[in-house]
Amino acid sequence: MTPGRWSRHDILDVDDWSREEFEMVLSTTEAMREVLDRPIKRTPVLRGKTVVLFFAEASTRTRVSFELAAKALSADVVNITSSGSSVEKGESLLDSVRTLQALGGDVIVLRHGSSGAPYFVADRVEASVVNAGDGWHAHPSQALLDAFTLRARLGTLSNKTVAIVGDVLHSRVARSNVHALRALGAEVVLCGPPTLLPAAWRCGHAPAGVRVETDLGRALEGVDAVMALRLQKERMSAGLLPSTREYARVWGITEARLAVTKPGAPVLHPGPLNEGVEIAAAVARGPRAVIEEQVTNGVAVRMALLYLLAGTEVPD
Amino acid sequence: MRIVGARVIDPTSGTDEIRELSIGDRAGTIDAAGLIATPGFIDLHTHLREPGFEESETIADGARAALRGGFTTVCCMPNTEPVLDAPGLLEEVRERAAAAKAARVLPIGSITRARKGVALSDMAELADAGAVAFSDDGAPLQDARLMRYALEYARATGRVIADHAQDAVLAANGVMHEGEASALLGLPGIPSAAEETAIARDLALARLTGGRVHIAHVSTARGVSLVRAAKREGVPVTCEVTPHHLALTDDWVAGDRTFAWDRRNGSAAAAPYDTATKVNPPLRPRADIEALWQGLRDGTIDAIATDHAPHASTYKDVEYDQAAFGISGLETALSVLLDAAGAGWIDLGVLIERLTVGPARCFGLDAPSLARDVVLIDPDAEWTVAIDALISRGKNTPLLGRRMGGRVVAAFVEGEQRLE
Repeated sequence: MTPGRWSRHDILDVDDWSREEFEMVLSTTEAMREVLDRPIKRTPVLRGKTVVLFFAEASTRTRVSFELAAKALSADVVNITSSGSSVEKGESLLDSVRTLQALGGDVIVLRHGSSGAPYFVADRVEASVVNAGDGWHAHPSQALLDAFTLRARLGTLSNKTVAIVGDVLHSRVARSNVHALRALGAEVVLCGPPTLLPAAWRCGHAPAGVRVETDLGRALEGVDAVMALRLQKERMSAGLLPSTREYARVWGITEARLAVTKPGAPVLHPGPLNEGVEIAAAVARGPRAVIEEQVTNGVAVRMALLYLLAGTEVPD
Repeated sequence: MRIVGARVIDPTSGTDEIRELSIGDRAGTIDAAGLIATPGFIDLHTHLREPGFEESETIADGARAALRGGFTTVCCMPNTEPVLDAPGLLEEVRERAAAAKAARVLPIGSITRARKGVALSDMAELADAGAVAFSDDGAPLQDARLMRYALEYARATGRVIADHAQDAVLAANGVMHEGEASALLGLPGIPSAAEETAIARDLALARLTGGRVHIAHVSTARGVSLVRAAKREGVPVTCEVTPHHLALTDDWVAGDRTFAWDRRNGSAAAAPYDTATKVNPPLRPRADIEALWQGLRDGTIDAIATDHAPHASTYKDVEYDQAAFGISGLETALSVLLDAAGAGWIDLGVLIERLTVGPARCFGLDAPSLARDVVLIDPDAEWTVAIDALISRGKNTPLLGRRMGGRVVAAFVEGEQRLE
């Protein structure tokens, strides 16, 4: 494991990654898991490096996960958080970018509400940019931690089928998972209310290896794993859904609905959960749920990404 | 001025031959061997931004950019600040344009006062003050009843209503075409139906009132079909298409940089989310583009118009969803279209007709005369689209950095050489 083999300067999306790149991140993650299992969860591979966490959209989990990851690698961490869009603040993203460039960090971890914002930033700074979620577009580290978690449970993703259920239209998690799971050899079934699936994908133009269903029973039939997506409350006010009650009845992941999957198929959720809406409490706390493993693996995956981008030394 | 040796394409007479031209009163001869001479182009859809948004464009710079692109006449849209809804404002625009001594500028008046979609502008007075058409472009009129009245009223003034046909509610929040590319990019889409329903409404109202409607920048296959069927029925409708809708697919938002007629590998050549590709109506998939070309060739589409929409970098150097809509198009239009003609997608004579006589017919303007308004084109000249190469203040084009062929080397307006 040497960072020299890693050739990307930024991690903006996983849509054009080769299988080898996924494998490199996942095997590096394995090594990072070992670091996290030590009494002192620290390795000095990013000593003297600065990781800037620039979160222009509210997020606690992902930010803390990246922060723990950077600190476990002995990097210095700078937090820039702001809520609301840059327009509301009266500060443009271009201004922020100039500030970031002047600060001179080595890696910028960016969360932003606008799809594509990481490309805007990466084009204008010298630091490596890691996309920690942009609009509806991509959430690479989430897809990687999901893939890592699934492989730990299933052994392999080759010829496995993973159902992703919920608000696919507005989900960066779903988009990045489609790319990652496909590259690692899995088939993907996307399922949700017709108004929450991209129209083109619903109408016969889904990406290769992706099946789209509106019927949850058909979507879950024989799958190896199930991923529930968070349902944002504002979808109801936008007229996309009649009610959360109807959603929970028709698309909520319950023990009963899971009866048709492969026995014991693991259930994932990117968090935070709306228990009783997209996932029943009994499932979220039951034996199939791997939600806490996802959180732990998230730190290891983010350590792997930061290390591959900025690491100079092999972990001890 | 005598022009000698040029290949003269004259859409009025339908001739295409090497012959001599005589323009204006000044003495002198231009050796134009190897060049193409055509009547000056007419752009039915230009945003000059003045008054109000001078950092994006001025009347003078826009009129000079027009001439550089071969347009000797431009019709400027009224979405300025203040909106061109009063006779004095139209006179002001015409005076500033005259002082620039570049392309002729013909103002379009707003349909509704301040483009608010509530009450009609003083259309008769505006027509008397030189409004060549009426449009609420940029804030398309949603109220069907008011559009009916506008068509009836405009009919009495002898003017056409140019409509940016789009259902604002259906298009709301969309930033690109709703399709496969938007699904992958995670950008909110504008469905084709937002244009189709609005065109259907406009055609029904034109049929009802006998008022003439001009569909601005048609961009969908079904939009073209609707206009074709309505024309067969005798509905008073004309329509235009832009060079960018003819050339660029929605894959350009994802970084593709191949023209629709270049079936090279189509792989991404640029970073995705370039705000220069953000335009309304949005760039559409190849199937729509093929239908637009069919419509252009068969005459369903009467004119090519640029929808030149210059923006200062402040409005484009932002997140994709925050960026202003629009492409700066006056100076690149001809090169793009010649490329298509070179690929065999349109006959050069038909192309020139759609840039000259076609648009004149849409707005009831005089056809451009080869004795007064002429452009000389060097079809073999190459140039690179670059910020410094563009006269327009709007540098917002996804063609930046591209090597293009075909250049206007001289332009005459009202018998006077204004570009040399």
